[in-house]
Amino acid sequence: MPAPAERRIIFKHIDEPGYTPDLACYLRHGGYASLRKALGMAPAAIIDEVKKSGLRGRGGAGFGCGLKWSLVDRKSGKPIYLVVNADESEPGTFKDRYIIHQDPHQLLESIMVSSWANNVRQAYIYIRGEFPHGARILEKAIAEARAANLVGPNVLGSGYSCEIYVHRGAGAYICGEETGLIESLEGKRPYPRIKPPYFPAVLGLYQCPTIVNNVETLCHVKHIVDVGGEEFAKIGTPGNTGTRILCVSGHVRRPGYYEYEVGRITLGQLLNEVCGGPLPGRTFKAIIPGGSSAKVLRWGETFTLKNKDGSTRTLAAEDIPMDFDTLAACGTMGGSGGVIVMDDSVNMVEALANINAFYAHESCGQCTPCREGSLWMKKITARMVHGQARAEDGALLQGVADQIAGRTICAFGEACSWPTQSFLAKFGDEFRAYPEAKTAPRPESVPLA
Amino acid sequence: MSAAPPTDLVPVTIDGQEIAVPKGTNVIEAARRVGVDVPFYCYHPKLSVVGNCRMCLVELGQPAVDLATKAPVMDPVTGRQRIDWIPRPQIGCATNVTPGLHVRTQTPQIKACREGVMEFLLINHPLDCPICDQAGECKLQEQATGYGRGYSRFIEQKNVKPKRTQLGPRVMLDDERCILCSRCIRFCKEIAKDDVLGFTDRGSYSTLTCYPGRQLTNNYSLNTVDLCPVGALTSTDFRFKMRVWFLKQTPGIDPESSAGANTVVWSREGVIYRITPRDNDAVNDSWMADSGRELYKQVRSPGRLAGVRVAGTPAALDAAVAQAGELFRAAAGRVAVVGSGRSSVEEQWLTRRLTEALQAPAWLVSRVGEGDGLLVSADRNPNVRGALVTGLIRSLPTQRLDELTAAIDAGRVTTVVAVGEDLAAAGLTRAQLAKVKIVHLGTAASPTSEASAVLLPALTLYEKAGCFVNQQFRLQRFQRAVPGPAGAHDDLELLARLIGASGGAVAPADLAGVWREVAAALPALAGRTFTTVPDLGLALDPAPFAGLPFIEGPGLHYTPAKG
Repeated sequence: MPAPAERRIIFKHIDEPGYTPDLACYLRHGGYASLRKALGMAPAAIIDEVKKSGLRGRGGAGFGCGLKWSLVDRKSGKPIYLVVNADESEPGTFKDRYIIHQDPHQLLESIMVSSWANNVRQAYIYIRGEFPHGARILEKAIAEARAANLVGPNVLGSGYSCEIYVHRGAGAYICGEETGLIESLEGKRPYPRIKPPYFPAVLGLYQCPTIVNNVETLCHVKHIVDVGGEEFAKIGTPGNTGTRILCVSGHVRRPGYYEYEVGRITLGQLLNEVCGGPLPGRTFKAIIPGGSSAKVLRWGETFTLKNKDGSTRTLAAEDIPMDFDTLAACGTMGGSGGVIVMDDSVNMVEALANINAFYAHESCGQCTPCREGSLWMKKITARMVHGQARAEDGALLQGVADQIAGRTICAFGEACSWPTQSFLAKFGDEFRAYPEAKTAPRPESVPLA
Repeated sequence: MSAAPPTDLVPVTIDGQEIAVPKGTNVIEAARRVGVDVPFYCYHPKLSVVGNCRMCLVELGQPAVDLATKAPVMDPVTGRQRIDWIPRPQIGCATNVTPGLHVRTQTPQIKACREGVMEFLLINHPLDCPICDQAGECKLQEQATGYGRGYSRFIEQKNVKPKRTQLGPRVMLDDERCILCSRCIRFCKEIAKDDVLGFTDRGSYSTLTCYPGRQLTNNYSLNTVDLCPVGALTSTDFRFKMRVWFLKQTPGIDPESSAGANTVVWSREGVIYRITPRDNDAVNDSWMADSGRELYKQVRSPGRLAGVRVAGTPAALDAAVAQAGELFRAAAGRVAVVGSGRSSVEEQWLTRRLTEALQAPAWLVSRVGEGDGLLVSADRNPNVRGALVTGLIRSLPTQRLDELTAAIDAGRVTTVVAVGEDLAAAGLTRAQLAKVKIVHLGTAASPTSEASAVLLPALTLYEKAGCFVNQQFRLQRFQRAVPGPAGAHDDLELLARLIGASGGAVAPADLAGVWREVAAALPALAGRTFTTVPDLGLALDPAPFAGLPFIEGPGLHYTPAKG
């Protein structure tokens, strides 16, 4: 079956010749009409539309956006904060930065709509430290919007006031974890908080109820207001609504970002048709479908999935629709939309050594299993690729990873152990064969310590 | 629903044992009540909960109810309500009990969790127990034995971190041993209000350190050493002096102020090696000031008095007491007694008996400092309230002994009994000291001891037992940790003999005897004995002294009476 056509909602103007990130351009394209419309709606009605839309978070967990909003404690008497998670750090993910760089007012408008809906008076954009240019663009855009009375006091004469602030991170992956992000925003080390009791919806920023949404997720809100929740829910597939941006990197002919209706395109269509297939003379080997934390898929493997009526069906990896639920049923996740492709030139031990080095570097160090386990796994794989692999290292890696997942304060425990667990599950033979393979050590792939 | 439960007790089931615990209790504490040990490192009942060590993971479950009907879902096998267990283990420290909560701590999953955490904590730990000061009281050692696998699979290079970092004048840090539990950081921030400690770097390379340009100098810094579950923080004073398993622990009271922190005095073969706080949730929680920990050094100080003297010449105790009797008779009506707020309740009782036998006025020396709002109060005498309770004094002592010095200058007082106090420090001039005959009970050389006509070496706090009454009017007992030096005598014996020499009725010279007297004479202590004073103290009624202008400001567990 041929791949469906790309459907660009969020990325409608990305890379469009002549489209500039300034306010005038955005207004020429009908910008801030959604905000005007929203300000004429009751806040509860907007929340209702978002619930009806079925919008799920694009940051990694795929949590329902409307549900997240409905969990916010609105009776505490404390201010409610909106925090935009622009700490796009998941390896393989490059979508939010294009929104910020090329269409920042889309984000600002969505922030204002969402703030109005949730009675938020202060919104923060927490932007990754390595995005200095993006931060400058956002600052400029906020200044423009403020001057045009689209942000700030008495927005468009409505009597509603809301300020947006940009806060730059200092360069830590863990700041993408929402409670770590909140701690960082408060000026502390980004140690993720224990949940319970510190659910952001109740005890978030400054111990006030807080909504933390990913950039892409939030941008959808403007479009939901435009078309209505029910209409939006028709995009994509049931339970997996809207479009999402898939960031394809690695061994394909045309890597890049593509926006598709959720679940309307399969992994095979995406890689073979949209991205032009493997590089000449190569075949696909392994796919990480949702950012480096997602469990790896082996190209060619099949999954037996349960249908709703109790029967089962068999699904090949290339036929997996790129949605939240099927990827989860296949033991991995849609995650952040970062599709990392590895072909048969890749040695999986070396690939894992690279991933492990990343997680060891980024573990915040707060809780024991992740802090010690991530570095241990890195040391093992680094040693392996430095020519000192042992036959038992695969089993050891598995044992270490199993001691991390599910036992940590935040999801980093899973993020750092799922690669090891899945690489061993899918490519265990390579790990077992590695000591005997007598492959020349590849120390350049990862430093030893 | 019938009436609400009478108390806020929450029924929970822990490893099959049912128990009702107060609302707000966490799973660790609830389990402790039924004798179930949930191991932990970072948790401390007096500090905020961070849940970072992951050692206290347990399985939690709730009785199953039908979501629609709210009816209990029964288990067909057991015939009881089914328990829905949360698949992922949860930390006990951050989980407060809820009605019907079920806890499992002995499952294969929890065993694996604990083994995993133990293995992780040890892979980068130097395992230098043979040269580590914490050995013997190290949670890492204990729990590795109790919950670890007993072997390691780690063959990589261990991380290298700073060793022997002097964090402050009294605390030494070995970062390689640190398990990053953050107790010390939280203590400094939350209790000592001196937020100087923190972590730098991240992941497994995280390193405990002091804020640049700062030092851990606050007067509570050594509590971080007590709190440290491993050998990362050690006391500069105590480290490498003695293995802890050789040390005898004796309950004591910090005598540096009227706060009366409960302590443990650690000694071996008559030598004290360190003093640490003893938990008392009504007084000092788990803390004490650094300043109170060094006071044991007076026991073996160079100026220690170690021989009875009469007019500067070594003498036998009998002769000295006889000489004191001579002085009392010669100065009949012109004798004064200076008692001490550092004396025990028992000593103060006998001091009162002495003043009555001599028909002499009594003064108390006041000591005032700045209160720190925590465990060092403004009243630097530990037992002024004891003097009130025993009736030695009726009003609070003033800073200077002006009445006494005036009486000396006027010749109305010619003999002074100084019980545990240096009169020079209390404001008497050398000329005044020379003008009177002094009978002195003391422990350290001073102008008063030098000027004494009769010098009676006594015992330090650590060499005797007794009670203090702290600022809360809490009667607290301390026990004898080490024997006194040769030539020194128990204060009670000395006072009893002076009472005898002054012609008074025979006085008891031991604690039991004194307590028989005070129990009969003082309503506040009626029916009490020394041995039955509770380990955590006995709250006395402060009402009889309500009008007195006590000088203490607010402190830990202490709020001054209004007025």
